[in-house]
Amino acid sequence: MIYDGTYQGWLTAIFDSYDHKLNEVCFLKEKTASIPLFATPHYVITDEIKATRVMKGLKQRLSAEGLKNLYNIYLSEEEKSEEMMWRFVKYVFECKDNIEQNFSNSAVWDVKKLAKKVKREAHRMEAFVRFKLTKDHLFYAIIEPDHNVLPLIEGHFKGRYADQRWLIYDARRKYGIYYDLETVTTVELEFKLGAGSAKAIAEICDEREEFFQELWRRYFSSVNIKARKNMRLHIQHMPKRYWKHLPEKMPEN
Amino acid sequence: MEKLEILADAAKYDVSCSSSGSKRNNKDKGLGDSKGYGICHAFTEDGRCVSLLKILLTNHCIFDCAYCVSRKSNHVKRAAFTVEEVVDVTINFYRRNYIEGLFLSSGIFDSPDYTMERLVRIAKKLRIDHNFNGYIHLKAIPGASDELMKEAGLYADRLSVNVEMPTEQSLKLLAPEKKHIDVIKPMEYLKKEIIGYREEKSLNKKAPVFAPAGQSTQMVIGATKETDMEILGMADYFYQQMNMKRVYYSGYVPISNDGRLPMIGTPVPIIRENRLYQADWLIRFYGFKVNEIVGFDQPHLDLDIDPKLGWALRNLDQFPVDINTATLEMIKRIPGIGHQNAKKIVAARKFNRLLPEHLQKMGIAYNRAKYFLAVPHPFSIQKDFTSVQIKHQILSLQNSKYKSDFSSQLALF
Ligand code: SF4
Repeated sequence: MIYDGTYQGWLTAIFDSYDHKLNEVCFLKEKTASIPLFATPHYVITDEIKATRVMKGLKQRLSAEGLKNLYNIYLSEEEKSEEMMWRFVKYVFECKDNIEQNFSNSAVWDVKKLAKKVKREAHRMEAFVRFKLTKDHLFYAIIEPDHNVLPLIEGHFKGRYADQRWLIYDARRKYGIYYDLETVTTVELEFKLGAGSAKAIAEICDEREEFFQELWRRYFSSVNIKARKNMRLHIQHMPKRYWKHLPEKMPEN
Repeated sequence: MEKLEILADAAKYDVSCSSSGSKRNNKDKGLGDSKGYGICHAFTEDGRCVSLLKILLTNHCIFDCAYCVSRKSNHVKRAAFTVEEVVDVTINFYRRNYIEGLFLSSGIFDSPDYTMERLVRIAKKLRIDHNFNGYIHLKAIPGASDELMKEAGLYADRLSVNVEMPTEQSLKLLAPEKKHIDVIKPMEYLKKEIIGYREEKSLNKKAPVFAPAGQSTQMVIGATKETDMEILGMADYFYQQMNMKRVYYSGYVPISNDGRLPMIGTPVPIIRENRLYQADWLIRFYGFKVNEIVGFDQPHLDLDIDPKLGWALRNLDQFPVDINTATLEMIKRIPGIGHQNAKKIVAARKFNRLLPEHLQKMGIAYNRAKYFLAVPHPFSIQKDFTSVQIKHQILSLQNSKYKSDFSSQLALF
C-alpha cells in the first residue's frame, strides 16, 4: 500500500485492503517509497468517502479514547506504526464488542503503549515550549519533538494564550502552528539557521526578551538545593535532547 | 535580578509546588488557564519539578524560627519586591510558558496584616487588572485578620499555612515565639470558608469560588525527634479534620549552627522523606489506615523497602492473591501492582483468564509481584517463602537495578 502519508490516506488504504481482501499488507509513504522485493504495489488514491466509511466503522466499535490512541500512533511516525495500526484495526473489525480493554492481546497493548508515548511527549511539549517575544509582538517557539505532536498541543496553547499572537515551529518537520488572536493555522516556512543566536535575538526580539531569559536562568539555578542534587532524576524528567531549546539549560551568553 | 535570586533562594525550602486541583478557564480572551492537572515546566538538578514562580515577597522577618533561613538572627542579604515587580515577572514568565503560575510566600515584616495585605494585593492585581487565570498559591500568614484571609481566598487557588513542626514541643523548642494554635486557627477558618463557598457554589453556579484547590501544609522532617508514626498521625489529622488537600514533607536541610538542630553537613533525610510520601500516598489512594503502616511496635517506616512491601511482608497471611477473582482493593495492595495497573487487570480479566505472561506484557513489576500471586499455571510450584526470604530476594533485585544510587527517586509504585 503506497499512500500519501496523510491520515485520510491511511484510512483509505485500510478500505482498499478490505476491498481487495488483502491480509498481508505493508504501508509505505509516497515520498519514501522503495518497494520491497516480491511485493505487489498498490497505489492508494486518498478518497474522502472511503476514509469516512472506515472511520465510521471504527467509531462504532471504539471509544473516543481508543480512536484518539489510533490517531496518536499515526502521529508517532515510528517505523512500524502503520503495521501496528493495521493489526489493531483488523482485530477491532474481527470482534463485535469493544476490545480496547483486552490488555492481554498484544495488538491492543502495543497500541496503548505507543499511544502513551506520544501522549507523554505532547504533554512534555506543553511544558517545554519556550516562547520568545519579537519586536512586533509575536511570541515564537522552536521545538524538535520525536513525534509529530503539534496537532495534539494546538488546543492547549490556544486556550491558554488567547490574548497574544504566537507561533510554535517544529524544526524537524519544517512546519508550524500560528495563532493570530482568532484562529490557529498551519504554516510552512523555513527558519534560518542560527535563528536562536544571541545576535539574532537582539535583532528581532523585544528589548526586554534577553532580560527575562536571563532572569529565568537565574531563577532556575537559585531554586536548586545543592544538598539534594540528583542528576539522574533531572535528566530522566528533562531529557537532554530537548535542552537545545530551553533557555534555562543554555549556557549564558 | 539579584533580588529575584535572594528571594527565590529563600523560598526554595518550601516544598509544595503542585499546581493541580484547580480548574480556571480562560475567560473573555484573557491570559492563561488552569487545567486541573499540573504541568511541570522544568526540573531542577535535584530532580524536583518547577511549575510555579516560587518566591518570597520579602525575607525581612521579625521572627526568629531556628529552622528558617530568613530568621531575624541570620546574617543574610535582605530584599523585598514591590507589588508591581511581582506582577510584572509573573506575567512575563507566564507568557513565555516558563511557569503555571505564582507561589507567593513572605517573611513577616512589620505585622502579619501588613504582610498579608500585600500578598492579597498582588493576587488581586493579577486577576483583575491582567485577567490572569493561571494558578496562584498564597501563603496565609498566621495572625492575619479574617477579612484579609477571606479576600485572599477569593483570588488565590490555594492557601497554605505551614505547621513546619509536627508537634507542639518541637515548635516550642525551635520557634519559641510561635504557638501551634496560631497555625491551627487559620486552618480551621479556611476549612470553614472553603466548605461554605463550595456549598453555595453547588446551589448557585454564579457564586464566587474560594481557594478552589483547597489548602495545604508542610512539615519539616528530621530537624527534631518525631517518629514517622507521629508525623503520619499528624498528617492524618490534617486530612481528616482540616480537609487538607496535601501535606508536604520536607527533609530538613541543615542551614545553621544551632545546638538545637542537626549539624551542618548532616545529610538531608531524602529516603525517609520519600518513604513518608509513599506512606501518605497509600493512605490517600490505596485505602490503607495509618496504623496498618506504622504502629507502636514499629514507629518508623523501613528505609530499605517501601511501605507497601513492608505491609505485605508483615501480612503474608493475606496472600497469595488470585488476580482473576480478587477485589480491586486487594489487587491494589499487591507489591509491584499500582493503582492504574490494578484497574487494567480488572478490566482485562473479563476477556480471558490472565496468566503471568500477560502481567509482564502489561508492564507490571512481575518479579516483585510474583511472591504474592496465586498463579494458575499447572507447572509452576508455589513455593512457601518466609518474609525474610522474600525481602532478601526483592532487595537483591532492586540493588542490581539501581546499584549506583539507592535512590531518592519518588517511586510511586
Ligand atoms: S516567621 Fe516564617 S519567615 Fe519568619 S523566621 Fe519564622 S518561618 Fe521564617
